[in-house]
Amino acid sequence: MAQHTRKGAQFQAVTANRLNDGIVVYLTAGGRWSESLQEAAVAEGKEAAEALLARAEPAVADNSIVEPYLFEVARDEGGIRAASVREVIRQAGPTVRLDLGKQAELPDVHR
Amino acid sequence: MYRYDEFDQQLVNERVKQFSGQVARRLSGELTEDEFKQLRLMNGVYLQLHAYMLRIAVPYGTLSSKQLRMLAHIGRKYDRGYGHFTTRQNLQFNWPALKDVPDILRDLASVEMHCIQTSGNCIRNVTTDQYAGAARDELEDPRIVSEIIRQWSTFHPEFSFLPRKFKIAVSGTPDDRAAIRVHDIGIQIVENDRKEIGYEIFVGGGLGRTPMVGKKISDFVPKEDLLAYLEAILRVYNMYGRRDNIYKARIKILVHEIGADEMRRQVEAEFAEIRKTGALHLPQEEISRIEAYFRAPAYETLPDESTELNKAVLADPGFANWVKSNVAAHKMPGYAIVNISLKPIGGTPGDCSSDQMDAVADIAEKFSFDELRVTHEQNLTLAHVRKKDLHTVYEALKAHDLATANVGLITDQIACPGLDYCALANARSIPIAQRISERFADIERQHDIGELKINTSGCINACGHHHVGHIGILGVDKKGVEYYQVTLGGAADEKTAVGDIVGPAFTEEQIVDAIETIVTTYLGTRKQGERFIDTYRRVGIDPFKESLYATH
Repeated sequence: MAQHTRKGAQFQAVTANRLNDGIVVYLTAGGRWSESLQEAAVAEGKEAAEALLARAEPAVADNSIVEPYLFEVARDEGGIRAASVREVIRQAGPTVRLDLGKQAELPDVHR
Repeated sequence: MYRYDEFDQQLVNERVKQFSGQVARRLSGELTEDEFKQLRLMNGVYLQLHAYMLRIAVPYGTLSSKQLRMLAHIGRKYDRGYGHFTTRQNLQFNWPALKDVPDILRDLASVEMHCIQTSGNCIRNVTTDQYAGAARDELEDPRIVSEIIRQWSTFHPEFSFLPRKFKIAVSGTPDDRAAIRVHDIGIQIVENDRKEIGYEIFVGGGLGRTPMVGKKISDFVPKEDLLAYLEAILRVYNMYGRRDNIYKARIKILVHEIGADEMRRQVEAEFAEIRKTGALHLPQEEISRIEAYFRAPAYETLPDESTELNKAVLADPGFANWVKSNVAAHKMPGYAIVNISLKPIGGTPGDCSSDQMDAVADIAEKFSFDELRVTHEQNLTLAHVRKKDLHTVYEALKAHDLATANVGLITDQIACPGLDYCALANARSIPIAQRISERFADIERQHDIGELKINTSGCINACGHHHVGHIGILGVDKKGVEYYQVTLGGAADEKTAVGDIVGPAFTEEQIVDAIETIVTTYLGTRKQGERFIDTYRRVGIDPFKESLYATH
C-alpha cells in the first residue's frame, strides 16, 4: 500500500473504509470506528502509533472495516487536523462538491 | 444498435448471480478482503478515497435512451444523483455501497449492461469514434468490428489474466477521433486497391508513466483474419510481456524493447501458426448478422440546407456559437451531428446529473433515433439530428445546462477525477480544470483562441490523457503539496505525439496564470488561421519556455 504518512511523524491516527458501504472511518480511543476525524484516537510517537494500528485488527477480522492504515495528524485549537492534502480531502469530501461527503454531514470537518 | 442475443443475456445474468453470491460471502466473512478484492475488481468495483466506485461498461460508447435512463435511475437510487463519464467511454458512480452493488448489476442487466472487464488484466471496453455511422469520410462503421471484438474478448479464457490491462480502439475514418495510436492495439479501417475493407494495425501505444505512440505492424489485415491476427498479438504479449514488474508489464514496453520489426515478425509467425491449426475465421454470415444491427437509421430525404436553421443562427447569437463549435457535418443531406458538452464553465469535466441523463435520453429518443454516444473526451454525441431540429434540440439542452458552446475549445478539457475522488492520485485535477474554464469563460475569446485541448491528470497513471493534450497538466505531490507540471505539443489524433515537458512544475496558485501565458504566447506567435498545435509544431518549445520562466 502507498505510504500515507511520513517517517518521523509525531502524531498519527488510524483510518480505514467500512466494508459494507466504503465510508471513511477513524479508530477512536474507545475502540469504536467513527466517521469523524475529531473522534479519532491520536497516538504520539512510533511505538504508540503501531500499537494503535494493531488495535484495528479485530475490526478487520470481523469484517467491519478494510485497509486500515496510519496517517499523520496535528492538533490545534480547531481540533485534529490531517497533515496531507489527501487525508484532508478524505475526512471532508471532494473539494469540488461541498454538498457531498462528511463536510455536508458532520460538524467540525476542517478544510 | 446491437441487441443482446440469448447467449449475451444468459452470460450477464449468470455473472450477476455469481457476483451477488460473492458479495454476500464477503459481507458474511466467508471471503477475506484479499480473496474478494480480485473478484470485485473483475466486476468494476474499486475502493476509492471516500467510498466504493463502480465502473459500468458502455461498449464503444453507444447507449440507447433506455440505457441512459437506467443509469439516471441508478444514480438517484443508489448513488448521489450523478455519474462521471470517462475517457474509456464508460460511466463511473462514485458513492455506491458494496451491499447495493448486486441490485445495481441486476438493474443494469435488465437493459443489457454490465461492469464486466472494466478492471483487471484483461481486454477492456473497446472504444471508437463517437461519429460512427454518421461521419462523411467513414469507410465502414467501426462499431461493427468493435462489437465483434467485444464478443470475442468477453471472458476469453486465454486472455483473462494478461500481464496487464489491454485496451483496443478502432477508427473508421482517416481523421482519428478515437486516439487509436495511444492504445495497446489501434485499428484503422482501410481500403486496399481492390476496394476491399481491411485493417491497419498499430501496437504498443499507451500513456501512463511511460507514454508511447503505437507502431504500425500491418498495413492491411483482411477482414476475415482480424480475430486471428489479434489473437496472434495477444498471444505474443501473453508469452513475452513482463509479469515481474507492474511498471513494465504493458505491451508498449515489450514493443519498445524488441522493436516494431521484431514484434511484427513474431506476430506474423504466431499468425502463421494459428492458420495452420485452424484459424479463427470470421464467417461472412456472422459479420452480416452484426452489421445488420448497425444499419443506417431511417433517414428522411431532406435538402441539405435548412431555412429553419439559417434563420435561427441569424436570430440567436448563443445558438450561432453553439452551431459553430458543437455541431459537425453529417454524411446525409439535411442532418448534423450534435456534440453535447459536459464541460459547463466551472463544472466538473464528464459529470452528468441523473436529471441531465434523463433529459438527454428524452432528446435522443425524440431527435436522434433513440441512441447516443459517449466520447473519450468526456462529452456526449447525438449522431443523427435533422438540421431543422437543431434549434429545438439546443433549447432543450439549454434548459438542462447542457448547451455550453465549447466543444474543441480551450474550456472543453479532459480531466481525471484526481485527488478529489481517486485513491491513486497525487494531486487534484478537477479544480485546475474548473479554474482554467472560468479564466477563459468568454466565448468570443475562446473562439478567437480556436482549437486547443488541455488535458489534466492527477497522477502519472495519466487517466486524464495529459501526455496527448495540446497543453498537458500533470499533478504531482511534493512533500504533501500539489504541484503541476506542464507539457506542450501533445496530440491524440492521426498526428499523435507525446507532449514535451516545458520546465519546472508550477504551484496550484501559479498554474492558471502559466496556462494564460502559454495562450498569450501562442496568440502573439501564430500565423493567420493557425491552430495552437500547428504553431507549436512550427516554432517549438523555446518561445513558451522563455515567456513562462523569463521572470522566474
